[in-house]
Amino acid sequence: MAVLVVADHDNQSLKDNTHKTVTAALALSPDVDVLVAGQGVGAVAAEAAKIAGVRKILTAESDALGKQIAEAVAGAIVPLMAGYDAVLIPATAAGKNFAPRVAALLDVAPISEIVEVVNPSTFVRPIYAGNALETVESNDPKKVITVRATAFKPAGEGGSAAIEAVDPGPGAPKTRFVSDELVKSDRPELAGARIVVSGGRAMGSAEEFHRVIEPLADKLGAAVGASRAAVDAGYAPNDYQVGQTGKVVAPQLYIAVGISGAIQHLAGMKDSKVIVAINKDADAPIFQVADYGLVADYKTAVPELMTALSDAGL
Amino acid sequence: MKILVPVKRVIDYNVKARVKSDQSGVDLANVKMSMNPFCEIAVEEAIRQKEKGKADEIVIVSIGPIQAQETIRTALAMGGDRGILIQTDADPEPLQVAKLLKAVADAEAPGLILMGKQAIDGDNNAVGQMLSALLGWPQATFASKVEIGDNTVRVAREVDGGLQTLELDLPAVVTADLRLNEPRYASLPNIMKAKKKTIDIKTPDEYGGLTGGHLKVLKVTEPPKRVAGVKVETAAELVAKLKTEAGVI
Repeated sequence: MAVLVVADHDNQSLKDNTHKTVTAALALSPDVDVLVAGQGVGAVAAEAAKIAGVRKILTAESDALGKQIAEAVAGAIVPLMAGYDAVLIPATAAGKNFAPRVAALLDVAPISEIVEVVNPSTFVRPIYAGNALETVESNDPKKVITVRATAFKPAGEGGSAAIEAVDPGPGAPKTRFVSDELVKSDRPELAGARIVVSGGRAMGSAEEFHRVIEPLADKLGAAVGASRAAVDAGYAPNDYQVGQTGKVVAPQLYIAVGISGAIQHLAGMKDSKVIVAINKDADAPIFQVADYGLVADYKTAVPELMTALSDAGL
Repeated sequence: MKILVPVKRVIDYNVKARVKSDQSGVDLANVKMSMNPFCEIAVEEAIRQKEKGKADEIVIVSIGPIQAQETIRTALAMGGDRGILIQTDADPEPLQVAKLLKAVADAEAPGLILMGKQAIDGDNNAVGQMLSALLGWPQATFASKVEIGDNTVRVAREVDGGLQTLELDLPAVVTADLRLNEPRYASLPNIMKAKKKTIDIKTPDEYGGLTGGHLKVLKVTEPPKRVAGVKVETAAELVAKLKTEAGVI
């Protein structure tokens, strides 16, 4: 069987989610190709060609693909599936948007956010906000799967796959791109960061979130995250949200500041290697998953932490 | 214009799901059930569009056991006009749900389908996209703002890195994210009024039936538990431990 991986990228650079999804794909088959669907993706395709274990890179380009319009991406993938037994897609906002569309057009059942490949037709996926794990077997001849990238190690570099252009498909005639409002940041991306510093509702305002969380993140070279409560209250933008319905992260170090630890939030970060919780409520559920807990008001604890980090040479 | 809003009855979002000891699934006996929170947001959005004069009828549809009538009734009390229950005790897969909803859409001919982006039980995040594909309609998932124009709908979507705004030709499928709105509570007079609204009870066979399942759940297990670690007294102690013990900074 051959497997197609759909690359995660922004038309400029390839995201690490792609390497992790390739690892999942290699658990299904040694024959893995990567599709880079976008616009002006030459550099992305060249990066993808270096992933170890990849057989071939396919590129599909159009304006609608450049904006990741679901109808267009699905339209480009479906005809390719004649040559593949499975397509694996990183479970990003973009991937979750088009993957089920591909499945419906192929008349197969999508398998969402797998965290383990048991065998080429059996997979493990979290349900009920991560409170249970479902082992599910698919009897479909072709499988459409989204992959929770944090559950897989990134594939290495060192490959030199050939790059081949394919038909971009019919586009999205009933959908028009209007605008993007993207948060610009020099910090690492939340999904792939080595360290994440997240703030919760305790911050009380967007100004306070900005004043407390961001300097700590910058000192550690960390990405910034937030709880759903903080995002709902408008303290942080939506794409900062860590949780079952937001981003799922698994950094080396996760620092939760003023986050109580709702189930929904824990589902998005409990696979982090080391979890630190700073909260003044000693009974906050976040302490049940934290490796290191500091029971203190963030207002005093974060400045002290900044000083201690400086003293330690950071 | 008619807006169709599919809703699902699920475990209440405040209840912690418990895995059955025989690993056959999650224990739903004597557990509080409610409308899926994302569906509630979709119902609210449909009502707001009707209040703005952009829609004249809101049809609520649910697929599930007879008790799903209560879920439909809640949506009618919020402001929906009438309901359809496709009654089944099976737990249909997203593809089966999308096919039934396609048949409902073919019969009802709505101008817009507004629905939650995912149900908090299966967490598939799939039915809206699949329904849109089966209908051949455009889709806008993860909506945080919906503006209905003349034969089009403009949707701001929550994407990786921020927001993306799309304009779709109607009819279309839009799925609701958390920040689209805050659903209202139904008032007592509206709850009373909702009791008189019609809910048609149908069978899956009236909408093409539950065609063969593609997935088999082999087992449902507890996720590995994380063990609570230690409490530190000071920030300096924390930094020392992160540096020497954990080695992560």
